[in-house]
Amino acid sequence: MSSPETSHSHVHIPAVGTLVAVFVALICFTFITAWVATIDMGGEWNILIALAIACTKASLVAWIFMGVRYTSQLTKLFCVAGIVFLSILLFFTFSDYGSRGWTYHGKAWSDNPSKGESKFVSKEKNEEEQKQTEKPQF
Amino acid sequence: MPEIVHDVHEAEAEKYVKHHFVNSAQQMDADTLGMWTFLITEVLFFGGMFAAYAVYRDLYPEAFAATSEFMNVKIGAANTAVLICSSLTMALAVRSAQLSKRKALIGFLIGTLIFGSIFLIVKAFEYHAKYVEHLIPGPNFHPDNLAPQFMHHSQILFFLYFCMTGMHAVHMIVGVGLLTFLIIQAYRNIFNANNFVTVEMIGLYWHFVDVVWIFLFPLLYLIGHWHW
Repeated sequence: MSSPETSHSHVHIPAVGTLVAVFVALICFTFITAWVATIDMGGEWNILIALAIACTKASLVAWIFMGVRYTSQLTKLFCVAGIVFLSILLFFTFSDYGSRGWTYHGKAWSDNPSKGESKFVSKEKNEEEQKQTEKPQF
Repeated sequence: MPEIVHDVHEAEAEKYVKHHFVNSAQQMDADTLGMWTFLITEVLFFGGMFAAYAVYRDLYPEAFAATSEFMNVKIGAANTAVLICSSLTMALAVRSAQLSKRKALIGFLIGTLIFGSIFLIVKAFEYHAKYVEHLIPGPNFHPDNLAPQFMHHSQILFFLYFCMTGMHAVHMIVGVGLLTFLIIQAYRNIFNANNFVTVEMIGLYWHFVDVVWIFLFPLLYLIGHWHW
């Protein structure tokens, strides 16, 4: 169609085999994630594995089906920027909600006396501590 | 994996290059970058809802665990498979356009349209089942087999469920409309090896909607009953 001397751009066309392989992998991951969710691995691991499989599937779709692999460096940078923006959103949301239960020996931060150890404990640990000591509250 | 490198002849490609671009390669890069910029805004649009889901799930884990019993995992998994099939046919459609295979392009686009429609029809039946079981948040929310102490917080999960899957379904409906447009254009023989960017960009959109569902499926259907 074109001779090597003429200036031309390269359009990468993925092989059918590549696309079918990604498809098979995606279907397999769907069955694996549905099956793994039925096994009790202590909650945290169930959630982590489900999200890890979802991220793997999403990466496969983006990398091959959406052709990030074949795009310019600038487009790749934009894709990474999208992930970074999403991370900022999630990180600051959870740094707020995740830390709301934190107290200083069962008291609000504003009530803290300046004396004593300056460490803060999680709500759960603090409740355990209170149960053990059984100090009368006033 | 062997990849075919297809040479686009500059002279033939030139007539599809708009006057403000230097050549077809630059036009392609600009179109792709613009589409990805739009998709990143979509990531943040859905990201807000995912953050809301995660926060409320963290606040009321017991209510969410009790509520997740109402989700039908088998239908969710089947619908995930249907969407993955539609992504494959979409990728093959883009490939057909790049190779100037008009009949294959029309076939794969119709295939994608059918898979997308199956997904939406299944979703409609799922919503109907939720309606019949009184699972729509609001004054008529009174599901059977739900402990009374969860009645209030359970509605938050169903609100998020309808928001997230509903916004996803809206994107699917838009995608179905775009596919119909592509099929008409492909029937008119608009697309070829030098002019396939429209197919590729709508393909990017379609795959993105698939990616959103890839995260919605485990979060709403699979791990609702697991505590952190």
